[in-house]
Amino acid sequence: MFSNLRSIWIVFLHMFHKRETVLYPEEKAYLPPRWRGRIVLTRDPEGEERCVGCYLCAAVCPVDCISLQATEDEHGRRYPEFFRINFSRCIFCGLCEDACPTDAIQLIPDFEMGEYHRQNLVYEKEDLLIDGQGKVQGYNFYKVAGIDAGVKAKGQGANEDKPVDIKKLMP
Amino acid sequence: MIENLEYIGMVLAIMLALVLIAAGLIWLERRMLALWQDRYGPNRVGPFGVLQVTADMIKIFFKEDWIPRFADKKVFVVAPAIVMITILLSFAIVPFSPSIGVVDLNIGILFFLAMSSLGAYSVVLAGWASNNKYSLLGAMRGSAQMISYEVFMGLSLMGVVILTGSFNMRDIVLAQRGVWFVIPQFVGFIIFFIAGIAEAHRLPFDIPEAESELVAGYHSEYSGMKFGMFFVGEYLGITLISALITTLFFGGWLGFHFLPPIVWFLIKMFGFILVFILLRASLPRLRYDQLMSLGWKILLPLSLVNILITGAIVLYLNNR
Amino acid sequence: MSMTNILIDNVPYAVDGSKNVLAASLSLGLNLPYFCWHPALHSVGACRQCAVLKYKNAEDTKGKIVMACLEPIADHLRISIEAPEARQFRAGNIEALMTNHPHDCPVCDEGGECHLQDMTVMTGHNCRRYEFKKRTHTNQYLGPFVNHEMNRCIQCYRCVRFYKEYAGGKDLDVFASHDDVYFGRHEEGVLESEFSGNLVEVCPTGVFTDKTLKKHFTRKWDLTDAPSICHQCGVGCNIIASERYGSIRRILTRYNGDVNGYFLCDRGRFGYEYVNSPQRILAPAIKGDCALANASPEQAIRQISAIIASGKKMIGIGSPQASLESNFLLQQLVGPAHFYAGIPRAEGKLIRRVITLLKNGKVRTPSLAEVKDFDAVFVIGEDVTNTAPMLALNLRQAAKKGPVELVKAMHIPEWNDAAVKDIVQGTTGLFYIATPHHTALDEIATRTYHAHPDDIARLAYAVAQHINAFSSIAGASSSTADAHSPDAGTTANPDADFEALSKSIAAALLAAKKPLIVSGISLYSEALLDSAASITNALKDQAKDPGLVFIVPEANSIGLVMLSDQFLEDAYEKEEPDEDEKPSQADEDTAILLENDLYERTFKGQTDLFLRRQKNIIVLDSLENATTRQATHLLPAATFAEADGTLINNEGRAQRFYQVHQPDNAVRSSWKWLQELQSAASSEPNVPPSASTHFDSILQSLVREFPELTAITTLAPAAGFREGTQKIPREPHRYSGRTAMHANVNVNEPQPPEDADSALSFTMEGYAGVPPPALTPFYWSPGWNSVQAINKYQIEVGGPLHGGNPGKRLFEPSNIPAAILTPNIPAPFTPTPGEWLVLPLYHIFGSDPLSALSPGIKERIPQPYIALNDSDADKTGILEGHYVEVLLNGQKQRLPVKLHTGLPPGTAGLPKGLAATAGLQFPFSTTINSGNHD
Repeated sequence: MFSNLRSIWIVFLHMFHKRETVLYPEEKAYLPPRWRGRIVLTRDPEGEERCVGCYLCAAVCPVDCISLQATEDEHGRRYPEFFRINFSRCIFCGLCEDACPTDAIQLIPDFEMGEYHRQNLVYEKEDLLIDGQGKVQGYNFYKVAGIDAGVKAKGQGANEDKPVDIKKLMP
Repeated sequence: MIENLEYIGMVLAIMLALVLIAAGLIWLERRMLALWQDRYGPNRVGPFGVLQVTADMIKIFFKEDWIPRFADKKVFVVAPAIVMITILLSFAIVPFSPSIGVVDLNIGILFFLAMSSLGAYSVVLAGWASNNKYSLLGAMRGSAQMISYEVFMGLSLMGVVILTGSFNMRDIVLAQRGVWFVIPQFVGFIIFFIAGIAEAHRLPFDIPEAESELVAGYHSEYSGMKFGMFFVGEYLGITLISALITTLFFGGWLGFHFLPPIVWFLIKMFGFILVFILLRASLPRLRYDQLMSLGWKILLPLSLVNILITGAIVLYLNNR
Repeated sequence: MSMTNILIDNVPYAVDGSKNVLAASLSLGLNLPYFCWHPALHSVGACRQCAVLKYKNAEDTKGKIVMACLEPIADHLRISIEAPEARQFRAGNIEALMTNHPHDCPVCDEGGECHLQDMTVMTGHNCRRYEFKKRTHTNQYLGPFVNHEMNRCIQCYRCVRFYKEYAGGKDLDVFASHDDVYFGRHEEGVLESEFSGNLVEVCPTGVFTDKTLKKHFTRKWDLTDAPSICHQCGVGCNIIASERYGSIRRILTRYNGDVNGYFLCDRGRFGYEYVNSPQRILAPAIKGDCALANASPEQAIRQISAIIASGKKMIGIGSPQASLESNFLLQQLVGPAHFYAGIPRAEGKLIRRVITLLKNGKVRTPSLAEVKDFDAVFVIGEDVTNTAPMLALNLRQAAKKGPVELVKAMHIPEWNDAAVKDIVQGTTGLFYIATPHHTALDEIATRTYHAHPDDIARLAYAVAQHINAFSSIAGASSSTADAHSPDAGTTANPDADFEALSKSIAAALLAAKKPLIVSGISLYSEALLDSAASITNALKDQAKDPGLVFIVPEANSIGLVMLSDQFLEDAYEKEEPDEDEKPSQADEDTAILLENDLYERTFKGQTDLFLRRQKNIIVLDSLENATTRQATHLLPAATFAEADGTLINNEGRAQRFYQVHQPDNAVRSSWKWLQELQSAASSEPNVPPSASTHFDSILQSLVREFPELTAITTLAPAAGFREGTQKIPREPHRYSGRTAMHANVNVNEPQPPEDADSALSFTMEGYAGVPPPALTPFYWSPGWNSVQAINKYQIEVGGPLHGGNPGKRLFEPSNIPAAILTPNIPAPFTPTPGEWLVLPLYHIFGSDPLSALSPGIKERIPQPYIALNDSDADKTGILEGHYVEVLLNGQKQRLPVKLHTGLPPGTAGLPKGLAATAGLQFPFSTTINSGNHD
């Protein structure tokens, strides 16, 4: 009984406390760089698309709002033919960023994506691709992968030996 | 003839004022809750957000007035009207000031108790007609709660009646010119206050519409203006209970002369409305069995003891 | 099967005593990692991955590490899979294998269905501690089917063991030494084997991947799959067809222990791309004043049903490519008297003969899988590798059967592949081939005989005769044998070689436990069929257990002929006004053509004449061809990828295939079109489609008309079947992109299509366990993402599926041979000077016109040529590669000459099914002009 009265009193005293609300459009809150907002596709240090179309982001997406089709250029370099995110379904969980093996897909601290038409929330690759490396600097997947996709020849990678000469007979 | 017109005018004005107050309470409650929770509440529509209610009303009027296929249509439509009508009728006996008031009934309190009993039908019928298990559960709880709490709500007022010797509301107000009944009838006041909250099914006694358990209780299936009637009905209920507490225990319109009586009445009434809101902001909901045991095991005996003691004292003083 | 009690991790199990520990453990559902072992390739112990701890006895606590795949099951064997030593050994082994595995998974096509990934996760290895550089290899171009990425190799040797030893390929091998070993060709180039595509499934990681999939790559989990049947030949292999974004992405083997097992030929695996062809007919079209113009389905149905309802004379021509249901509904629409099987009479009569021999003969026809168990083979007149490729693969296994039986007698288990190989030393069993020309199987043959089909038939009859003669020597009932055997005089051949050959074949077939005779209709000779049947009958009389396999050309050849005995020529001739009361109205006729390009079937002139007489030519087809260009009304028919249906293969096995996806255009099953036409043409136009619109009710009315097909209603669970309350999902539970894949069109997701015709759903929601075998759209099991998850769908690894292998045999021998087999021995072939008898030459890539439209297959199709006998060519001075003028069907064509094909004198060979040879009816005589202009 007393505790009830006490809580009423404590709540009453809150009348004289400062309000916590940030009045959003007039005041902007600080968002840290790792805030999970709008999704972008980044480029590698050479300025080429980082995405290799591995489908892991699409697979891990709990609302299945990522769809893409992988294709290859004449050097055998994989890239997405199209890459579509339906932001009207996105829950900004960031699992795609976690799953991405090439650091291509990244979430940035921008959440102001309001639209009057849901259709405008469907972002294609052209809308997603940015001209920078985002949070991860200096990584180029094709330099460390085993395949030759026109970025480095077989055996030219930092952790690779020269291709085996299968005709040599030395033990 | 002119008197009659004036009278009808006054009645209509009271009704309009009440509905407006009830609607305004929606805004007031949201603002006050926000204040006590260190927020702002609605502050975008109009100055201080007062037009929020207008916006809400426009929205609620334009919403589809949908009746579920599986509902009992006639009863479903009638139920929300009952709550509005009974509560508005109850206001008939409230003396807002010496000159303002609908009717001066000599059985004022009994009329109020009768009307509030009828209010239970609204809950039961709404729940039943919705043909939905959550609605029905809410209605069952609501009817049990209202019937239980009515018993000692009436009993708690008997102390006031004994002291006044009349059921007439104006008599009761005039009888408090010396001392407000809240002093001699403190126990009665507390019991009536608790019963009033339960009667208006407000937090912490909003068990019939407990949204965390029952979706929205008896009005789960209601939308549009029918829902709006339940909603406004609830706020009218708060206003009614506050007005009655003011009248029965806090001297009604009585006050110092620098303000007109109606203002005193409104100040007191709004004070209690704010207490209602404060309770909502601070207390958690009771469990159903706690509610029932509180009513039957504590408040009912307490109110009976209150009548006994009041009666004994009055008898003793009168016979001395 | 002897059951043996063993202890695994101190739990007692009863297992098949003839197995090894790995196979037994996997059959029990235990997870034991492995790489080099394969249920069809058996054990060599190369990868050291399936290590387990083996204890001496119940008291032994230390145990020793052994390889499960090389450990025979013995009574009271006690092993441990979970012992820390064994686990550590396996984790260490994976770590060693992974030291050189590249960082490729995101761009590797195997990722997500990689056996190496699965096994790595299973052992728990997750971080490369080896700090030195990775070994690299250069890759090779291996042709249009298989992509090579040698860096990923883990040296399990499965590829060469399959390619060289199982499939008899010559051009894939292992090179270099120690940890530099290289699996590839001696030089870049197209992999020659017809079974190279199986490397994709056999390779546990991404060294060999599907090049056609690579062009439109999709991960396994994103594919909508359906259980289907290959339509590319008459064998009826089970396949999994997969779709994404409206196009078919790849074909995988669907395991069926009775049919194709773990493998598939390249035509079946890579021939699917015609489904995505730009030549697909996607909308109905109606001929206006000059050209075909697209129309809405409703418009087309209205116009065509008006024609049907007008009651004019109407004929229907079915197709051996279309399902039983489509053919049946066309037959119902036009009436049985006006329905014609859409194949030339010569072919139809032969297929009818095959059915008669299978149904009324003495001898059971083995299933494709059973072929592997025969220990002597006699191929009569079939180039099996090109007419029924998967049969050729299994015949190669049959050729090993004899030697392997000998090894088994030495108490070496068959699964011990390395030991078996050491003893067999590449010898093959009794294998005889009689064909007009060299075939790929010649290399494993004991003897070959290349001659004209008539001479082949004479050889076969002679063999039958010898078998009967052997019995009379042995004192058996010679009188009965004589009664059925051909007159001795007629096969008498002055050639002593011929005599010796036929005797040795007869002796070999008699010596074998299970002799198998393979024949077919590819040479259009009834004598070949009859002679093959007379050999098996003779063997049966000798109390042997022979098998008789006939090869038919197309996916539903048998089913079509079971529905109708009227053929194309009957249709063409009937069009001549005869008993019809309105002879002058012949040109008022309507022909409905079902998925059939008549220009492929009959001479152009003949076909033109027929089509010109038709006022309305209603064509249901999937791809533009010469016939669709003649159509007045064209309806877009589904390929196997968009249709449900039933096919009957060469064995008489009825099998169901299912729609993979619901296309977003007007394409639908032929039987759906026909149904709509029928209901629209019926007297009451506004009758809503009744329950008969569903697939199962078509089956019901089909078996009412054809009671001998009753088994087809039991091929698979009906459309109302539910596993619990759920349908079987076509999509894996990890299917992605559902809320984005259509968002470019409309952000509101469309409702997924519903499948009213089968118990499969087009979504990922539904039953997650092992579905009924006929409804299994894909293989997946927790921890097993690769195709090897099939282990979990089999009762025991390599054995039948849970619930039995799907498909139902329609024919069992009923033993009334006297009535059907009257020997009809042809005269020996004598060449006519100046004339050549042209025989069809079959090509796995090219002889099937549909798969030939796939870009990958197109690269492998031979250029048109004419094959000549070497001595004939010598006489006329023609050299290999010279162009000669050939009179084909009244038209002169210049074709390059190919020699050294083994063709007998007086015959020539032309590739069948190429555009240049379309409509030719083999065999025919022609003249060849060597031409003076070269």
